[in-house]
Amino acid sequence: MTSIAAPEMVPVPPPSKGHDSGGQSAGVRSAFSGPMASILVIILTILWTIPTFGLLVTSLRPAEDAASSGWWTVFTNPSFTLSNYGEVLTGGGFGVSGGLAPYFINSFVISIPATLFALTMATMAAYALAWVPFKGATTLFFFVFALQVVPLQMSLIPLLQMFSNFNVRGFFPVWIAHTMFAMPLAIFLIHNFINQLPKDLFEAARVDGASHFLIFRKIVLPLSMPAIASFAIFEFLWVWNDLLVALTFAGGTPETAPLTARLAQLSGSLGNRLELLTAGAFISIIVPLIVFFSLQRYFVRGLLAGSVKG
Amino acid sequence: MIVPEGVNVSGSLSLQVTGSVIGDVVSDALPKLGTMATSLAVFFAILLIIFFAASRARGRAQTPLAVAVFLGPAAILLLIGLVYPAIRTFYLSLFNGTTLSNSTGNRFVGLENFQWAFTNPDMQQVLINTLLWIIITPLLSTFLGLLLALLIDRMRRESLPKSLIFMPMAISFVGASIIWNLVYAYRAPSQPQIGLLSQVVMALGIDDPPNWILWQPWNNFLLMIIMVWVQTGFAMVVLSAAIKAIPGDIIEAASIDGASGFRLFRAITIPMIRGTLIVVFTTIMIAVLKIFDIVRTMTGGNFGTSVLANEMYSRTFVQDQVGRGSALAVILFCGVIPMIIYNVAQLRKERTIR
Repeated sequence: MTSIAAPEMVPVPPPSKGHDSGGQSAGVRSAFSGPMASILVIILTILWTIPTFGLLVTSLRPAEDAASSGWWTVFTNPSFTLSNYGEVLTGGGFGVSGGLAPYFINSFVISIPATLFALTMATMAAYALAWVPFKGATTLFFFVFALQVVPLQMSLIPLLQMFSNFNVRGFFPVWIAHTMFAMPLAIFLIHNFINQLPKDLFEAARVDGASHFLIFRKIVLPLSMPAIASFAIFEFLWVWNDLLVALTFAGGTPETAPLTARLAQLSGSLGNRLELLTAGAFISIIVPLIVFFSLQRYFVRGLLAGSVKG
Repeated sequence: MIVPEGVNVSGSLSLQVTGSVIGDVVSDALPKLGTMATSLAVFFAILLIIFFAASRARGRAQTPLAVAVFLGPAAILLLIGLVYPAIRTFYLSLFNGTTLSNSTGNRFVGLENFQWAFTNPDMQQVLINTLLWIIITPLLSTFLGLLLALLIDRMRRESLPKSLIFMPMAISFVGASIIWNLVYAYRAPSQPQIGLLSQVVMALGIDDPPNWILWQPWNNFLLMIIMVWVQTGFAMVVLSAAIKAIPGDIIEAASIDGASGFRLFRAITIPMIRGTLIVVFTTIMIAVLKIFDIVRTMTGGNFGTSVLANEMYSRTFVQDQVGRGSALAVILFCGVIPMIIYNVAQLRKERTIR
């Protein structure tokens, strides 16, 4: 996905106290309130929603209708079908041979391990940088932070050469690539969180003779779950929605390519099968939308956290 | 499913879900899910074994061992995945490499690839397009985000419009491109329209709308709108939080002094959120500089719409010009650096003020 910085990257200060929705003085409010403002917001909201709504409606229309009239005609001449979804998922022909089902599975098979690998290794590294005292920890942390400036485009060519030299195949190239690209931001954000855990906790545990490994498992992991969860959502969606890394390291075949890669191909060849293309697109966005609407709070936090990635 | 009278629900469940189709899907999915489960199990098993073994260490070896175990995997990944490739891309950009497999025997060409990138007319078009993207898109997104943040902040039910405007952020650029493909779809004016934009324009009395995606150079702006559509929600959420955080007493003091309306907005609100505005702007700018998916899906970089990241991909992986592709990646890198440095400096300033 997308653009995107943790609570630490983009300054999102907490709302000031004693300042509810009507708290700001009448001055600014009067300039931006009243029925005109509400109408403007409603218009903009509708404008923002219409394109997605059009996609959904088109994906539910019979082929002949979708090809011969605009989606807005359903209001006067309603006619719906779910068969596009069946066809695009499992059907043959129209350049969708085998359907999108394998790609849908691939998207999960790519996103889940890529997220878990990245989070595990980033949390371990963040703990070492924050609480295992060693020479050069600060320098190393800044170095990792600075690595965020490397756009992943810089890595594509050498990494692809390396994978083919060492014969890394299947899902491994795309898992490894995503894990690598997630590292700088993930370490930075999780470090920022772990670093703020109370020092006494670690000192007490050390005095009691706990090893770093025990501290990591019993103290760090449970306490940093909120940060880890936020980043997990961000990373999962980032991987799910990614096209560039997928195209480069997973190719375009049903064996490994995710939905995004396949849809990018189809948007050319299925240009005249709008009802199928839109159904395919809706299948690809339904997972992020479910995550979005069910975990909105975490999602926003994670998204803001990640806005500088890539 | 609620079906209003007269609605024709045809074949809603005739999904051709025959046993064999389901069988195909399952027989395709099972080995993949198996690979995933095995890989995850092996990964965590190895970690647990290492943890268990390393935690038995006593005495002086403890700390170095912990550093090695905790930091080692990430360090290796960073070195192989980012540090080495970045250096290697710099190196490759100085050669006339063609394909990825044939990197030996390439001739050293010095800065020729960069000279080509800045003097070739096609490439100049790409650079101009990229420049337009990184100026117009963040400006529009930030402006609309600020406007919405101010307007929505004053509404009773702010969460619904906020959610809906933020929603595109969850959608992949590929999905967004297909959504907007539908908006920009072209049909001859004599036929019934299927693209919303053409329909609206014709309703407004322009009988002959252009084929939007081929309409140079304006097609660039139509692609930018997709990015604005995605990024405005981000700008709105961040700016809205910043506006809510302005201390009430500052506003009160200003209004006692007689400031109100736009003057208060200009004199208090804007300066108070200036840092956040800049960060939002530069964050979107960095994302835009690397924009790839939208251009790739909408036009493939044809019709005069190519941008740096897309051109880098095409040159390297489609046209077998690894040297030139690497040079474009280096240019992208050089473009990102000052923005990120500025962004970080701004963040630090913001934090010290607060």
